[in-house]
Amino acid sequence: MIGGSDTVIGFKALGLDTFPVNSDEEASAAFKQIIQTENDPYAIVYVEETWAEGLSSAIHKFRSDPELAIILIPGRDGSRGMGLQALKDAVEKAVGSDITGD
Amino acid sequence: MATYTPTRMVLNQLKGRLNTARRGHKLLKDKRDELMRQFMDIVKQNKQLRKSVEEGLTEAFTSLSAASAVMSPQMLEQALMYPRRTVDLDVTYKNVMSVNVPRYSFGESGGTEDIIPYAFAQTSGDLDDALEKMSAVFTDMLQLAEVEKSMQLMAEEIESTRRRVNALEYSTIPDLEKNIHYITMKLEENENATKVRLIKVKEMVLQKAHNYTT
Repeated sequence: MIGGSDTVIGFKALGLDTFPVNSDEEASAAFKQIIQTENDPYAIVYVEETWAEGLSSAIHKFRSDPELAIILIPGRDGSRGMGLQALKDAVEKAVGSDITGD
Repeated sequence: MATYTPTRMVLNQLKGRLNTARRGHKLLKDKRDELMRQFMDIVKQNKQLRKSVEEGLTEAFTSLSAASAVMSPQMLEQALMYPRRTVDLDVTYKNVMSVNVPRYSFGESGGTEDIIPYAFAQTSGDLDDALEKMSAVFTDMLQLAEVEKSMQLMAEEIESTRRRVNALEYSTIPDLEKNIHYITMKLEENENATKVRLIKVKEMVLQKAHNYTT
Protein backbone atom coordinates (compact mmCIF):
# COMPACT_ATOMS: atom_id res chain seq x y z
CA MET A 1 0.00 0.00 0.00
CA ILE A 2 1.48 3.28 -1.13
CA GLY A 3 -0.25 6.46 -0.05
CA GLY A 4 -0.20 9.47 2.17
CA SER A 5 0.59 8.67 5.77
CA ASP A 6 -2.94 9.39 6.97
CA THR A 7 -4.37 7.12 4.30
CA VAL A 8 -2.16 4.12 4.88
CA ILE A 9 -2.25 4.22 8.66
CA GLY A 10 -5.60 2.50 8.79
CA PHE A 11 -4.47 -0.26 6.49
CA LYS A 12 -1.47 -0.89 8.63
CA ALA A 13 -3.83 -2.03 11.35
CA LEU A 14 -5.37 -4.49 8.91
CA GLY A 15 -2.01 -6.15 8.54
CA LEU A 16 -0.88 -4.71 5.22
CA ASP A 17 2.63 -3.52 4.61
CA THR A 18 2.39 0.20 4.22
CA PHE A 19 4.67 2.73 2.61
CA PRO A 20 3.71 6.23 3.67
CA VAL A 21 4.91 8.83 1.19
CA ASN A 22 4.78 12.60 0.97
CA SER A 23 6.16 13.36 -2.47
CA ASP A 24 6.39 11.88 -5.93
CA GLU A 25 10.02 11.01 -5.33
CA GLU A 26 9.18 9.13 -2.18
CA ALA A 27 6.39 7.36 -4.00
CA SER A 28 8.67 6.12 -6.76
CA ALA A 29 11.30 5.15 -4.20
CA ALA A 30 8.68 3.16 -2.31
CA PHE A 31 7.55 1.53 -5.51
CA LYS A 32 11.09 0.62 -6.39
CA GLN A 33 11.56 -0.88 -2.98
CA ILE A 34 8.44 -2.97 -3.45
CA ILE A 35 9.43 -4.42 -6.79
CA GLN A 36 13.00 -5.01 -5.73
CA THR A 37 12.27 -6.84 -2.52
CA GLU A 38 13.64 -10.33 -2.79
CA ASN A 39 11.42 -13.32 -3.52
CA ASP A 40 8.69 -11.00 -4.80
CA PRO A 41 6.56 -11.06 -1.68
CA TYR A 42 4.01 -8.63 -3.06
CA ALA A 43 1.31 -9.58 -5.54
CA ILE A 44 -0.93 -6.58 -5.14
CA VAL A 45 0.09 -2.99 -4.69
CA TYR A 46 -2.58 -0.51 -3.78
CA VAL A 47 -1.65 2.99 -4.81
CA GLU A 48 -3.48 6.06 -3.63
CA GLU A 49 -4.71 8.02 -6.61
CA THR A 50 -2.94 11.14 -5.46
CA TRP A 51 0.42 9.52 -6.12
CA ALA A 52 -0.53 7.49 -9.14
CA GLU A 53 0.30 10.19 -11.62
CA GLY A 54 3.94 10.31 -10.65
CA LEU A 55 4.08 6.51 -10.92
CA SER A 56 2.13 6.23 -14.14
CA SER A 57 5.04 4.98 -16.27
CA ALA A 58 5.83 2.26 -13.73
CA ILE A 59 2.17 1.35 -13.44
CA HIS A 60 1.94 1.14 -17.17
CA LYS A 61 4.91 -1.19 -17.30
CA PHE A 62 3.29 -3.70 -14.99
CA ARG A 63 -0.03 -3.71 -16.74
CA SER A 64 0.71 -6.89 -18.64
CA ASP A 65 2.56 -8.61 -15.80
CA PRO A 66 0.30 -11.25 -14.24
CA GLU A 67 2.40 -11.41 -11.09
CA LEU A 68 1.91 -7.87 -9.88
CA ALA A 69 -1.42 -6.11 -9.78
CA ILE A 70 -1.38 -2.38 -9.24
CA ILE A 71 -4.72 -1.10 -8.08
CA LEU A 72 -5.58 2.54 -7.65
CA ILE A 73 -7.69 3.42 -4.67
CA PRO A 74 -9.18 6.76 -3.78
CA GLY A 75 -7.41 8.77 -1.15
CA ARG A 76 -8.78 10.58 1.82
CA ASP A 77 -10.02 13.46 -0.24
CA GLY A 78 -12.35 11.27 -2.23
CA SER A 79 -12.22 9.53 -5.58
CA ARG A 80 -10.73 11.28 -8.55
CA GLY A 81 -12.11 8.75 -10.98
CA MET A 82 -8.69 7.45 -11.94
CA GLY A 83 -9.68 3.87 -11.16
CA LEU A 84 -12.63 4.16 -13.46
CA GLN A 85 -10.37 5.71 -16.05
CA ALA A 86 -8.15 2.61 -15.90
CA LEU A 87 -11.22 0.50 -16.56
CA LYS A 88 -12.16 2.66 -19.51
CA ASP A 89 -8.65 2.42 -20.92
CA ALA A 90 -8.79 -1.35 -20.78
CA VAL A 91 -12.16 -1.45 -22.50
CA GLU A 92 -10.96 0.93 -25.14
CA LYS A 93 -7.92 -1.19 -25.73
CA ALA A 94 -9.92 -4.38 -26.12
CA VAL A 95 -12.92 -3.13 -28.02
CA GLY A 96 -11.44 -0.22 -29.90
CA SER A 97 -13.81 2.32 -28.45
CA ASP A 98 -15.22 3.18 -25.06
CA ILE A 99 -18.51 1.40 -24.64
CA THR A 100 -18.91 1.55 -20.87
CA GLY A 101 -21.55 4.14 -21.45
CA ASP A 102 -20.86 7.00 -19.07
CA MET B 1 4.38 -9.35 -52.06
CA ALA B 2 6.79 -12.16 -52.64
CA THR B 3 6.85 -13.62 -56.11
CA TYR B 4 6.46 -17.34 -56.54
CA THR B 5 7.67 -19.57 -59.30
CA PRO B 6 4.56 -20.78 -61.10
CA THR B 7 4.86 -24.53 -60.63
CA ARG B 8 2.42 -27.11 -59.42
CA MET B 9 4.47 -27.81 -56.36
CA VAL B 10 4.39 -24.20 -55.24
CA LEU B 11 0.69 -24.12 -56.04
CA ASN B 12 0.07 -27.07 -53.76
CA GLN B 13 2.13 -25.52 -51.01
CA LEU B 14 0.20 -22.28 -51.26
CA LYS B 15 -3.11 -24.10 -51.19
CA GLY B 16 -2.02 -25.88 -48.01
CA ARG B 17 -1.07 -22.60 -46.44
CA LEU B 18 -4.34 -21.02 -47.43
CA ASN B 19 -6.21 -23.86 -45.75
CA THR B 20 -4.21 -23.46 -42.56
CA ALA B 21 -4.69 -19.73 -42.60
CA ARG B 22 -8.44 -20.07 -43.01
CA ARG B 23 -8.67 -22.58 -40.19
CA GLY B 24 -6.49 -20.40 -37.98
CA HIS B 25 -8.60 -17.41 -38.80
CA LYS B 26 -11.76 -19.18 -37.78
CA LEU B 27 -10.27 -20.43 -34.53
CA LEU B 28 -8.83 -17.06 -33.61
CA LYS B 29 -12.10 -15.39 -34.39
CA ASP B 30 -13.90 -17.76 -32.06
CA LYS B 31 -11.30 -17.13 -29.40
CA ARG B 32 -11.69 -13.39 -29.78
CA ASP B 33 -15.47 -13.58 -29.49
CA GLU B 34 -15.35 -15.74 -26.40
CA LEU B 35 -12.71 -13.55 -24.77
CA MET B 36 -14.81 -10.55 -25.53
CA ARG B 37 -17.86 -12.10 -23.92
CA GLN B 38 -15.98 -12.92 -20.73
CA PHE B 39 -14.28 -9.56 -20.81
CA MET B 40 -17.59 -7.74 -20.80
CA ASP B 41 -18.69 -9.76 -17.76
CA ILE B 42 -15.51 -8.85 -15.98
CA VAL B 43 -15.84 -5.21 -16.86
CA LYS B 44 -19.31 -5.17 -15.37
CA GLN B 45 -18.05 -6.85 -12.19
CA ASN B 46 -15.14 -4.46 -12.01
CA LYS B 47 -17.41 -1.48 -12.26
CA GLN B 48 -19.57 -2.67 -9.41
CA LEU B 49 -16.66 -3.61 -7.20
CA ARG B 50 -14.90 -0.35 -7.78
CA LYS B 51 -18.00 1.53 -6.85
CA SER B 52 -18.47 -0.39 -3.64
CA VAL B 53 -14.79 -0.16 -2.74
CA GLU B 54 -14.69 3.55 -3.34
CA GLU B 55 -17.83 4.10 -1.33
CA GLY B 56 -16.61 1.86 1.47
CA LEU B 57 -13.27 3.56 1.64
CA THR B 58 -14.78 6.99 1.65
CA GLU B 59 -16.89 5.96 4.62
CA ALA B 60 -13.92 4.45 6.39
CA PHE B 61 -11.86 7.55 5.79
CA THR B 62 -14.63 9.72 7.14
CA SER B 63 -14.57 7.74 10.37
CA LEU B 64 -10.83 7.90 10.42
CA SER B 65 -10.94 11.66 9.97
CA ALA B 66 -13.37 11.90 12.83
CA ALA B 67 -11.03 9.84 14.95
CA SER B 68 -8.01 11.91 14.08
CA ALA B 69 -9.94 15.05 14.91
CA VAL B 70 -10.33 14.02 18.51
CA MET B 71 -7.04 12.21 18.93
CA SER B 72 -3.62 13.67 18.56
CA PRO B 73 -1.64 12.38 15.55
CA GLN B 74 0.91 10.81 17.86
CA MET B 75 -1.75 8.95 19.76
CA LEU B 76 -3.33 7.78 16.55
CA GLU B 77 -0.07 6.53 15.23
CA GLN B 78 0.77 4.85 18.47
CA ALA B 79 -2.59 3.12 18.56
CA LEU B 80 -2.14 1.68 15.09
CA MET B 81 1.59 1.11 15.16
CA TYR B 82 1.58 -2.58 15.97
CA PRO B 83 -0.96 -4.47 13.95
CA ARG B 84 -2.35 -7.58 15.53
CA ARG B 85 -2.29 -9.61 12.45
CA THR B 86 -0.60 -9.86 9.11
CA VAL B 87 -2.27 -10.71 5.86
CA ASP B 88 -0.98 -13.66 3.88
CA LEU B 89 -1.86 -13.57 0.26
CA ASP B 90 -1.93 -16.70 -1.82
CA VAL B 91 -1.82 -16.35 -5.55
CA THR B 92 -2.89 -19.07 -7.91
CA TYR B 93 -3.36 -18.71 -11.60
CA LYS B 94 -6.34 -19.68 -13.63
CA ASN B 95 -6.26 -20.12 -17.34
CA VAL B 96 -9.08 -18.31 -19.09
CA MET B 97 -8.84 -18.74 -22.85
CA SER B 98 -5.04 -18.90 -22.72
CA VAL B 99 -4.81 -15.87 -20.46
CA ASN B 100 -3.34 -16.59 -17.07
CA VAL B 101 -5.32 -14.58 -14.61
CA PRO B 102 -4.46 -14.46 -10.93
CA ARG B 103 -6.76 -15.67 -8.19
CA TYR B 104 -6.08 -14.34 -4.74
CA SER B 105 -6.98 -15.93 -1.50
CA PHE B 106 -5.89 -14.48 1.75
CA GLY B 107 -5.51 -15.64 5.25
CA GLU B 108 -4.68 -13.71 8.33
CA SER B 109 -2.09 -14.82 10.70
CA GLY B 110 -1.51 -13.47 14.13
CA GLY B 111 -4.16 -15.36 15.93
CA THR B 112 -7.11 -13.33 17.06
CA GLU B 113 -10.21 -12.49 15.12
CA ASP B 114 -10.08 -9.09 16.68
CA ILE B 115 -8.44 -6.53 14.43
CA ILE B 116 -8.25 -3.73 16.93
CA PRO B 117 -4.66 -3.50 18.07
CA TYR B 118 -5.09 -0.99 20.87
CA ALA B 119 -6.73 -0.55 24.21
CA PHE B 120 -9.97 1.33 24.27
CA ALA B 121 -9.14 3.70 27.09
CA GLN B 122 -7.31 6.35 25.14
CA THR B 123 -8.79 6.03 21.70
CA SER B 124 -11.86 7.39 20.05
CA GLY B 125 -14.76 5.16 19.15
CA ASP B 126 -14.57 6.49 15.61
CA LEU B 127 -11.29 4.70 15.23
CA ASP B 128 -12.95 1.38 16.02
CA ASP B 129 -15.56 2.26 13.45
CA ALA B 130 -12.98 3.15 10.84
CA LEU B 131 -11.11 -0.09 11.30
CA GLU B 132 -14.24 -2.14 11.13
CA LYS B 133 -15.28 -0.49 7.91
CA MET B 134 -11.84 -0.91 6.46
CA SER B 135 -11.69 -4.58 7.19
CA ALA B 136 -15.13 -4.96 5.66
CA VAL B 137 -14.07 -3.22 2.49
CA PHE B 138 -10.80 -5.09 2.34
CA THR B 139 -12.34 -8.29 0.97
CA ASP B 140 -13.84 -6.25 -1.81
CA MET B 141 -10.48 -4.63 -2.40
CA LEU B 142 -8.86 -8.01 -2.89
CA GLN B 143 -11.54 -9.05 -5.28
CA LEU B 144 -11.19 -5.77 -7.09
CA ALA B 145 -7.48 -6.42 -7.49
CA GLU B 146 -8.22 -9.83 -8.96
CA VAL B 147 -10.90 -8.61 -11.32
CA GLU B 148 -9.01 -5.54 -12.40
CA LYS B 149 -5.85 -7.45 -13.12
CA SER B 150 -7.81 -10.05 -15.08
CA MET B 151 -9.41 -7.28 -17.02
CA GLN B 152 -6.09 -5.70 -17.93
CA LEU B 153 -4.57 -9.01 -18.96
CA MET B 154 -7.58 -9.94 -21.02
CA ALA B 155 -7.63 -6.56 -22.71
CA GLU B 156 -4.06 -7.16 -23.86
CA GLU B 157 -4.91 -10.61 -25.11
CA ILE B 158 -8.01 -9.42 -26.94
CA GLU B 159 -6.02 -6.70 -28.59
CA SER B 160 -3.35 -9.06 -29.87
CA THR B 161 -5.93 -11.65 -30.93
CA ARG B 162 -7.84 -9.00 -32.80
CA ARG B 163 -4.70 -7.92 -34.57
CA ARG B 164 -3.96 -11.47 -35.55
CA VAL B 165 -7.48 -12.05 -36.83
CA ASN B 166 -7.32 -8.87 -38.88
CA ALA B 167 -3.88 -9.66 -40.23
CA LEU B 168 -5.11 -13.04 -41.43
CA GLU B 169 -8.37 -11.72 -42.78
CA TYR B 170 -7.12 -8.65 -44.58
CA SER B 171 -3.56 -9.50 -45.46
CA THR B 172 -2.48 -13.13 -45.31
CA ILE B 173 -5.54 -14.77 -46.83
CA PRO B 174 -6.07 -12.29 -49.71
CA ASP B 175 -2.35 -12.44 -50.51
CA LEU B 176 -2.43 -16.22 -50.70
CA GLU B 177 -5.55 -16.17 -52.83
CA LYS B 178 -3.96 -13.71 -55.18
CA ASN B 179 -0.84 -15.80 -55.55
CA ILE B 180 -2.82 -18.96 -56.11
CA HIS B 181 -4.84 -17.21 -58.78
CA TYR B 182 -1.65 -15.97 -60.42
CA ILE B 183 -0.08 -19.40 -60.51
CA THR B 184 -3.23 -21.08 -61.82
CA MET B 185 -3.40 -18.54 -64.60
CA LYS B 186 0.25 -18.91 -65.43
CA LEU B 187 -0.04 -22.70 -65.54
CA GLU B 188 -3.05 -22.50 -67.82
CA GLU B 189 -1.20 -20.14 -70.08
CA ASN B 190 1.74 -22.50 -70.27
CA GLU B 191 -0.56 -25.35 -71.09
CA ASN B 192 -2.18 -23.41 -73.91
CA ALA B 193 1.20 -22.45 -75.27
CA THR B 194 2.25 -26.07 -75.29
CA LYS B 195 -0.92 -27.11 -77.04
CA VAL B 196 -0.53 -24.49 -79.72
CA ARG B 197 3.08 -25.44 -80.21
CA LEU B 198 2.12 -29.09 -80.64
CA ILE B 199 -0.51 -28.29 -83.23
CA LYS B 200 1.94 -26.15 -85.09
CA VAL B 201 4.60 -28.85 -85.02
CA LYS B 202 2.12 -31.44 -86.16
CA GLU B 203 1.26 -29.24 -89.12
CA MET B 204 4.89 -28.79 -90.05
CA VAL B 205 5.62 -32.48 -89.78
CA LEU B 206 2.62 -33.41 -91.94
CA GLN B 207 3.55 -30.89 -94.59
CA LYS B 208 7.08 -32.16 -94.74
CA ALA B 209 6.06 -35.83 -95.03
CA HIS B 210 3.07 -35.73 -97.37
CA ASN B 211 2.94 -32.21 -98.67
CA TYR B 212 -0.28 -32.17 -96.76
CA THR B 213 -1.91 -28.96 -95.72
CA THR B 214 -4.84 -28.66 -93.40
